[in-house]
Amino acid sequence: MKIPLKYTVRNFKTRLLTTGITVAGITLVVFVFAAVLMMAHGIDKTLVATGSPDNVIIARKAATGEISSIVVNSDAAILFTLPHIAKTSDGRPLATSDVVVIINLEKTSGGLSNLTVRGVSPQAFTIRPQVKIVEGRIFRQGAREIVVGDAVARRYTGTKVGGQISFGGDKWTIVGRFEAGGSGFDSEVWGDSEQLQDAFNRRGGYSTVTLRLDDPKAYSEFKAAFDREQRLQQFEPKSEQQYYAEQSEAMSLFIRILGIFITVIFSAGATIGAMITMYAAVANRTVEIGTLRALGFRRRSILTAFLMESMLLSIIGGLIGIACASVLQFFSISTLNFGSFSELEFSFAMSPGIVVASLLFAAGMGFIGGFLPSVQASRLNIVNALRAG
Amino acid sequence: MANSIIQVQSVSKSYFRDTFEIPVLRNLSLEVHEGEFVALMGPSGSGKTTLLNLIAGIDRPTSGKLIVNGTDIATLNESALAKWRAANVGFVFQFYNLLPVLTAFENVELPLLLTSLSKAERKKHVHVALSVVGLADRMHHYPKQLSGGQEQRVAIARAIVTDPTILVADEPTGDLDKNSAAEVLTLLDRLNKEYKKTIVMVTHDPHAAEKASIIRHLDKGELQ
Ligand SMILES: Nc1ncnc2c1ncn2[C@@H]1O[C@H](COP(=O)(O)OP(=O)(O)OP(=O)(O)O)[C@@H](O)[C@H]1O
Ligand SMILES: [Mg+2]
Repeated sequence: MKIPLKYTVRNFKTRLLTTGITVAGITLVVFVFAAVLMMAHGIDKTLVATGSPDNVIIARKAATGEISSIVVNSDAAILFTLPHIAKTSDGRPLATSDVVVIINLEKTSGGLSNLTVRGVSPQAFTIRPQVKIVEGRIFRQGAREIVVGDAVARRYTGTKVGGQISFGGDKWTIVGRFEAGGSGFDSEVWGDSEQLQDAFNRRGGYSTVTLRLDDPKAYSEFKAAFDREQRLQQFEPKSEQQYYAEQSEAMSLFIRILGIFITVIFSAGATIGAMITMYAAVANRTVEIGTLRALGFRRRSILTAFLMESMLLSIIGGLIGIACASVLQFFSISTLNFGSFSELEFSFAMSPGIVVASLLFAAGMGFIGGFLPSVQASRLNIVNALRAG
Repeated sequence: MANSIIQVQSVSKSYFRDTFEIPVLRNLSLEVHEGEFVALMGPSGSGKTTLLNLIAGIDRPTSGKLIVNGTDIATLNESALAKWRAANVGFVFQFYNLLPVLTAFENVELPLLLTSLSKAERKKHVHVALSVVGLADRMHHYPKQLSGGQEQRVAIARAIVTDPTILVADEPTGDLDKNSAAEVLTLLDRLNKEYKKTIVMVTHDPHAAEKASIIRHLDKGELQ
C-alpha cells in the first residue's frame, strides 16, 4: 500500500459523526453475532463439563435422552459382571445407577418449569467429583431427602436448605445444596435412587448406569466384552462426556443457525451503512483522489486505500462489539434443553474461535460495503476528478 | 538553442457529451525547449487547462503526437503513464490541492512514497524542498494553519521534491492576493533560473505572464 495509513485514520477524525454511526452499526451486529455464538458455545461447554471422559454411561440405544432410557435391574446386574469396572474398597462396582425423572416446580421468576430429579447410588459423588456439597449434607439412604444444585436453589421457590418440596406423591426435605462446577448437574435435584424408584413406580429398573473403568485405556477391552454379551445388545456404552455433549448438539445448532440467520439480515443494514459512508467519503475527496492520481499513484493504490478505510472502520466496530459481548460472560441464563426437556443454566462463553469468526464477519461487512465505492474511487477520470473542486 | 523538451504535434482534443463532439483543441502544435518558462494565456474556455493536462500526461489527445522529455506519452498505458508522471512532472494547482489531513511535511513527502528512497532519504529531500520554498519552519503545520500563499509554496515544494524536469502550473496565483502571488512568481522564476526547471504556466494575469520567457496565446483551441 503506497498511500499512508495515517491518511485513512486522520480522515476518520474529520468526520467523527458519520464514522461513529457506521462503527456503531457494525458494533451492534457483531455484538449480536458474538452473543449468539457465545450462547451456543456456553451450552456446549456446560454439557461437555457435565460428563467426565473417564466415565462410561450405559443407556438404551433407542433412547434419545436419559429420561427415555430404561436399564432393568437384571440387565444392570449382568453389566456389573463385565471386566475392567473399578471397585470400591468394599468390593462393589464403582458405579451409579441413576433414575432420571422430570418434575414441575415454580420458578422465583413465576410460572412452572421442568426440573430434572436424579436418583443416584452412594458412589455417585465419587464418580462425579465435580459435584460438591457446599451447604448442609448429603441425603441419607432410605430417607425422603434430597440435595439441590446451585442453579436450582437460585431459580426455584422453596428450594432453600431446610425446606420441603412435593413431588412423586410425597414431601421431600432439602438437606443440602451442591455446586457442580458449571456443569448441567447444577440444574438438577439429586436424591437416593431407591427412594425415587419407589416414588415413581420404577422399582424394576433405572434410567442409565454410569461406571468408572479401572484404567481409562481399557475402554476398548471393556467395549469388546460388552459387545460379546448377547443380553446387553439393546444398550450402548459411551464416554459420559460424549453422551452429554451429544445432548447439546441439537440445541446449540438450533441457536447457531437461528442466530446467524438473524445477524446476517441485520448485517445487510450495517453493510449498507458502511457503503453510504464510503460513497460520501469518495464524493468528498474526489479532488484529493484526482491529485493523488496526478502525482503518480495508481488506481490500485486508491482502491486499496478506500477498501482499507472501510475495513478498518468495520474492524474497529468488530473489536468494540467483541469487547461488549465479552461482558456477557459474567451472566448466566437458563433455557429449556431439548436433550433433557428440562431447564439448564449456562453462561455465555467466549472462545478464540468466536473472536476470529466475529472479526472476519466484521471485516466482511467492511469489504462488501466498501467495495463498490472503492472501485468507483479508483475508476475516476483524473481530469474530471480535478475539475470537481 | 537548447533541446526541445515538449513537442506537441498536430494535437486535437475533443470531449464527447452523449453523442455530439465538443472540439477543444484543433490541430495544435507547440514546442518548448529545455529551461524555458512558458506562459499560456487566453480567454476562458479556450483550452489552456486541456493543453496543460495533455502535456502533463493526465489526459489523452484525440489525435496527434505528444513527445515529452523524450517519451511519446500518448502511447503509454495507464500505469506506465502514472510512473512517467511521478518521475517527470511536478504539478502546481490553482487551489493548491494539498491533502488537508496531512502536514506540510507529509504532503511534500507524498510523491517520494512512489520512489524507492528510504525514510531518512525522504526526510532529507523534504527538508531541502521546504527550504527552497522558505517554509522549513512550518513543516509540521496542517494546510489550514497556513496562509494561501504558504499553501501554494508547500504545493510547489511537493512539485519539486522528486526533482522532475518539467513543472506545470495551472493559474498558480489565481487564488492569491497580490503579495502572495508575487512571492509565488518569484519562486517559480528562481526554480526556472537557478534550478533549470522547464515551466509551463497557465495564467490570466498579465503580471504573472511577465515573469515567463515566452508568452503564448490560445484562442478557441488554436495558438495565436
Ligand atoms: N472533461 C470535460 N468534459 C467536457 N468538456 C470539457 C471537459 N474539460 C473541458 N471541457 C470543455 O473544454 C473547453 C476548454 O476547457 P479548458 O478547461 O481547457 O479551458 P480553459 O482555457 O482552461 O478555461 P479557464 O480559463 O476557464 O480555466 C471548455 O468549453 C470546457 O467546458
Ligand atoms: Mg483552466
